[in-house]
Parts: sequence; structure tokens; C-alpha cells
Amino acid sequence: MSISSLMATPSELTDSASAKTAIVLMTRIRLARNLAGQRFPGWAEKSRRTAVLAECRDAIAATPQMKKPHDLPIDRLSELERLILVERHLISRELSGSKGGAGAIISNDQAVSVMINEEDHLRIQVLRAGFQLKRAWNAIDDFDSALEERLDYAFSPSLGYLTACPTNLGTGMRASAMMHLPALIIANQMEKVVRAVNQLGMVVRGLFGEGSDASGSIFQISNQTTLGETEEEIIKRLGTVLNSIIEHELNARAKLLEADANKLFDKIGRAYGILQNSHVLSSSEAMNLLSLLRLGVDLKIMPDSGRALIDRLFIEAQPGHLQYLQKGEIEPAQRDILRAALLRTEFANQPKPSFTLPGPN
Amino acid sequence: MASPLKCDICDKPATVHLTQILNNQAHKVDLCEDCARAKGITDSSDFSLADLLIKASLNPETPVDAGACEQCGFTQADFKKSGRFGCPSCYDAFRGLLEPMLDGMHKGVVHTGKVPTRALERKSLHDRLAKLELDLTDAVKSERFEEAARYRDEINQVRQSAGRNPPAKP
Ligand SMILES: [Zn+2]
Ligand SMILES: [Zn+2]
Repeated sequence: MSISSLMATPSELTDSASAKTAIVLMTRIRLARNLAGQRFPGWAEKSRRTAVLAECRDAIAATPQMKKPHDLPIDRLSELERLILVERHLISRELSGSKGGAGAIISNDQAVSVMINEEDHLRIQVLRAGFQLKRAWNAIDDFDSALEERLDYAFSPSLGYLTACPTNLGTGMRASAMMHLPALIIANQMEKVVRAVNQLGMVVRGLFGEGSDASGSIFQISNQTTLGETEEEIIKRLGTVLNSIIEHELNARAKLLEADANKLFDKIGRAYGILQNSHVLSSSEAMNLLSLLRLGVDLKIMPDSGRALIDRLFIEAQPGHLQYLQKGEIEPAQRDILRAALLRTEFANQPKPSFTLPGPN
Repeated sequence: MASPLKCDICDKPATVHLTQILNNQAHKVDLCEDCARAKGITDSSDFSLADLLIKASLNPETPVDAGACEQCGFTQADFKKSGRFGCPSCYDAFRGLLEPMLDGMHKGVVHTGKVPTRALERKSLHDRLAKLELDLTDAVKSERFEEAARYRDEINQVRQSAGRNPPAKP
């Protein structure tokens, strides 16, 4: 088994950066589905899981969305290949560590993916670059309906889609956005935002770290509850929250520039210098430096083309991707050296930041 | 320095602290690095704090109902351990356990979202055919042949209208 063809194809996540993905890098919707009359994967012996895997694979292969997909039985992937899929947001750590009878089917552009026999029989996911909740919902709704032509879902008129965990009951839907919020972090406002967002029934998590100290200033915001509202209502509510976070981030950026532009320029300039010249870089330091340059792109200090490079490196500087590039397992200390080398090379030809901002002189 | 908090799951020092507000109630969870990782909190996989709260809301001292799900053999004790059910029928078997829990967990307790129309159509078609076949057998047995012929026609009609989507097996 190999994921090399997947690594070689352009994907929705790594090749879509543009001004439209400035603050919301990506939108993701996931649906949990189970087959009627079948034990949930965690309570089913391997033979049953294998039978479910086969039935789901057939149904998925018959949908128009999954033409020539990457069809990956988890137990035939190496540990490194699984790690790479986790880093690309295509499978979860839980699926990666599953005991058997688990699979992942990923569309050619990696925008649609299905995990089979994770916590539920099916975890369907659609990724869209940028802030595209509505389009992501339409896409996953169509795909889900196509699957339902062939699969009998476990469904109760009063409780909705029946899931292994009651926290996913009802719509089985988790909609989320990956957001880059560097100014809220620099201005120390993230904790406040997290609290407010929690109160609105949404969850905030750091993508590369924990809580409000997430490295790279990248956060995932998603709905907490799944029962008692329609999918459209949940998406609308989430969209409102996302818009208000965007507004707060933009305000924080404006304030940072107004209060002390030199301090911000200094951070961005230093980040550029370190990325071009360092020889040892931990994952979290690298994420933070990339995040600062990404802010530089948004502020027109760095050229627009930098965004695509940075978004790709957010993924490629992760441990799994680094080892894949190196064609073998490497010790963490060695990884930090390799990571620095990768970033030196990638930034060698990036134009210097130009700190001429419009605004008050 | 204050004594370090202990992990809610094992007893190691907790380094990951989360506060979640659910229905205007703040819930605090403290976890060690390992448990946080095991729970998927440090990566991008789906994690919901409510999942941990299930366990917190199930008092370990309350006596456990000995009953098991008839379909899959899952017990309440299994649910308390994992926070997961064994099969879709568990939702009927453990209704009493579930209902008070759902109240605080979600926005409402009744599903108002998408309905798997095709699957439900198949099921109702299947149920209708099963009933017609029963009626047919009855009619034949009691020699009501005119009625039997009508049932047979109806069965054929239903089968035909199902077209390319034959009813699923039970
Ligand atoms: Zn622990
Ligand atoms: Zn059961």
C-alpha cells in the first residue's frame, strides 16, 4: 500500500490559498452515519467490521463523487503513512490507531473523504478552502444522499441519525472552520474570544497545540451540539460566530498597527530572517514564524504568492511529512535540523518584506 | 506554588485545562498530556468535551441496571465505561438512561434535521410487501382466490414501482 499518488496530486487543502483564504483557511463538514442493524465499530468483532467495510466501500465506489479515489485499508498502511493522513486532516488519530477492518477512502482532490469503522461506521467529510460553509454543506448533503441510495442508515424519526456516542446524535454533523488569528493572540484577546464563543455553543481548539497557546495561531471552531436544530440552522449559527471572530481579528490587527506598527513589523521581519537563516527549528517555533509571515502577507508586507507557500509549509513542516520527504524515520532532534533546512530552502528566494504601509505617517 | 492539579482520567499531573460552557454551566476538565492526546484534544480529530462530561454526569455510585440490549448484549455498565453505545437498538434499550442526559447535552431533544428519505422509502416499501405477502398466504389458505389474485397484482405493482431500487433485505 502506498499513499505516494495522493502526495503527488494537488489537493483542496494545500493548493488553494488566495486572498479569499486570508483568515478562514478552510471549512470542513463531517457527518457521522451508521448502518441499520449493525453493531457500532467499537462493539463489533473484527469479522463484522470487515463486512461493514466491504459494504461501505462498494456503496462509496458507486457514487459519482468518488471516481477513482484513493482507497486505503488502514491496517495496510505504515505508521508514517497514517501520520501523514492525520496531518492532512484526512483521517483522525483514532482511525489511525484502529485495530482492523478500518479504511479511508479519499477523493482525488482530497476534498471528499470517508473514514470507515472509526467510532461510527461512516465518518464522511468535505473540505473546502476558505470560508465556504454553505457550499461544503451542499456538497456533503449530495454525497450523503448518494450513499443513502445504497446504504440503510440507522435512523430514528425522533432522535435522528443514531451514532455510537450520544453527543453526535441527531444530525451527526460537525461543521468547522480553521482560522488564522495571530492578532488576537498577540493582543492577548484569544481567551476572551474562546469564552464568548463557548457561550454561543461553539468549541474552539488550537490546531497545532492546545487552548489559547496554539502554535501557529491556527484554531478550529466548530459546533458543540448536533440534536434539536437543522443542519442549516447549525451552519447559520456557526457562520455568524465566524464572521464576528473575523471582525475581532481585523480590529485587533488595526489596533496593533495603530498602537505600535514598528513592534509588529519587527516581529514579521525577524520571522523572515529566522526562516531564511536558522539551522534548528522545533515544530511549534516554525508554526509561529510561518504564522507571522502569513500575517505579513495579509498586511501586504509580503507578496500575495507567499500565502500558498506558507499554507503548504504549515502541513509539510509537520513531523510525518518531514520524514516522508526524508524517506525514513528520523529522531525528533534530527527533525528540527531538517525542518530548518527545508524552510531555509523554501524561503531562500522569497522576496524581502517591504514595510511601507498606507495609513498615518 | 500551588499543588498541581491531577488528571481527571488517570492521576498524573494535569497540564491541559479546558473550560466549557454547556447550557450556561461551566465545566472544567483537567488532563495530563497523555490522556489529552489519547482523547484527541491535541490534534485535529473531532473531539467533544461533552464526551468527557457524559462520564462526569454518570455517577459511578448509582446502581447499574443489570439489563442488556437484546440486539447486541451491551449493558449500562459498558456505557458507563466507554460513553458509547453498542448498536442502534441500544437507544431503545437504554432510553431511561439517555433521556436525562440528552437534556443538558444538546440544543433540543428532538431531531429536526435531514431525513434519509430513500432509505425510509425502501423500508416502508419493504414493510408493505411483507404485509401483502402475509395477506396473500392467508387468502390462499382460506381459499379466497379472488382476493388472492388482487393481492398478487398489488405485489407485482409495488415491485414494479420500486424499479431499480428493490426493497432492502430486513
Ligand atoms: Zn491522564
Ligand atoms: Zn445494542
